[in-house]
Amino acid sequence: MSIESNSQTGTQAGIRTGIQSSDTPLGRDDLARLVARDIKPGSFVNLGIGQPTLVSNYLEPEQNITLHTENGMLGMGPVATGGQIDGDLINAGKIPVTELPGASYFHHADSFAIMRGGHLDICVLGAFQVSATGDLANWHTGAPDAIPAVGGAMDLATGAKDVFVMMTLLTRDGASKIVEACTYPITGIGCVTRVYTDKAVFLTGPDGVQVRETFGCTLEELQDMVPVPLKAASADGS
Amino acid sequence: MLNFLDTVGEAVAGIKDGSTVMIGGFGNAGQPFELIDALLDGGATGLTVVNNNAGQGDQGLALLIKEGRVRKMICSFPRQSDSWHFDEKYRAGQIELELVPQGNLAERIRAAGAGIGGFFTPTGYGTMLAEGKETRILDGRGQVFETPIHADVALIKALTADGTGNLVYRKTARNFGPIMAAAAKHTIAQVSEIVPTGGLDPENIVTPGIYVNSIVKVA
Repeated sequence: MSIESNSQTGTQAGIRTGIQSSDTPLGRDDLARLVARDIKPGSFVNLGIGQPTLVSNYLEPEQNITLHTENGMLGMGPVATGGQIDGDLINAGKIPVTELPGASYFHHADSFAIMRGGHLDICVLGAFQVSATGDLANWHTGAPDAIPAVGGAMDLATGAKDVFVMMTLLTRDGASKIVEACTYPITGIGCVTRVYTDKAVFLTGPDGVQVRETFGCTLEELQDMVPVPLKAASADGS
Repeated sequence: MLNFLDTVGEAVAGIKDGSTVMIGGFGNAGQPFELIDALLDGGATGLTVVNNNAGQGDQGLALLIKEGRVRKMICSFPRQSDSWHFDEKYRAGQIELELVPQGNLAERIRAAGAGIGGFFTPTGYGTMLAEGKETRILDGRGQVFETPIHADVALIKALTADGTGNLVYRKTARNFGPIMAAAAKHTIAQVSEIVPTGGLDPENIVTPGIYVNSIVKVA
């Protein structure tokens, strides 16, 4: 694979029509706002622990999104404060939350049947790495002294109709987290459909990696950072 | 047979060394702290414990682990910011860990209670947690064969029991209670309230009393 030749491909007239761009990289909240905007009205959604949780701050009531939490609830509301805090009402991150009208509770096997059975439209997860074909690595660094913990990551990756990843594009050392093949232990094969990063939004799948938007960089500059061939997404951006 | 007991000590008295014990709860929600404390006081050791986590802080399951009573943990998420007792035992090689994806853990427990001999699931296919397991391509997807998890005893927490042993839970504290109650040979439930038979609406009962052996009210 030659990064340079792919970079050149990306500059050909007519291929960039699907790319939108902004002048600066996106912060965590901007990214959360973008993910929230992309969730179709009426969706059933699971937001993973950490950065994905921020997405809930930007969902609009008109979107009519129902949030699922894998410990056994649909219709989860915002984080509880003050007198709302109830130790029996927590999210998957074990943070006290609230219930919205229409909420339901169910046991753990039912909760994961909701996932595995393909009933969730979208889950949003963090990641260490995503491969060009959508393999996800987000549960274990593989370090020999690490104590492994998986929780519901594999179930979410496998079960939701769409798996969105939110992450910074580069590690602290400047390495791309979008990779040819994951070097960390994988969570699921070919499961990721979109990757939202501070520098670009990527669509992943069997046909490779497409770029829908760039933030503070051009497609050529992005290609210099990412070691897999990138192409512009089709104009409809879907 | 259903027993209503006065103390948590009586409730856990029959738990033998080497037992497999399911403990309900996800984090602290639904964790039957009083029953776990009684198990600790009772001295049973060499236990295999099934729980989503491996103890938090310095209470409940964490103390059982600290005191060296747990030989093996079957769980999905042992490592947390406050799982120091498990971390120490694990790094010292003093506790065995069977790490199971959370949905597979729940379904393996459910399968035990439902008399299922095993099942194929896509969760974990192609990952290191499926190494050595039988796989098949079913409906075009890679799937992994998983076996049921049975237990000698389940310790669970519910909100209310009636005189027939029927249980209802509260909010997300329900979590593993209903499936563990069905999977264990002997299920002990601590509840906040006991009402007479007929005091719960049959339409709202979550765990039918057939799955419950001992009930103790905890203030």
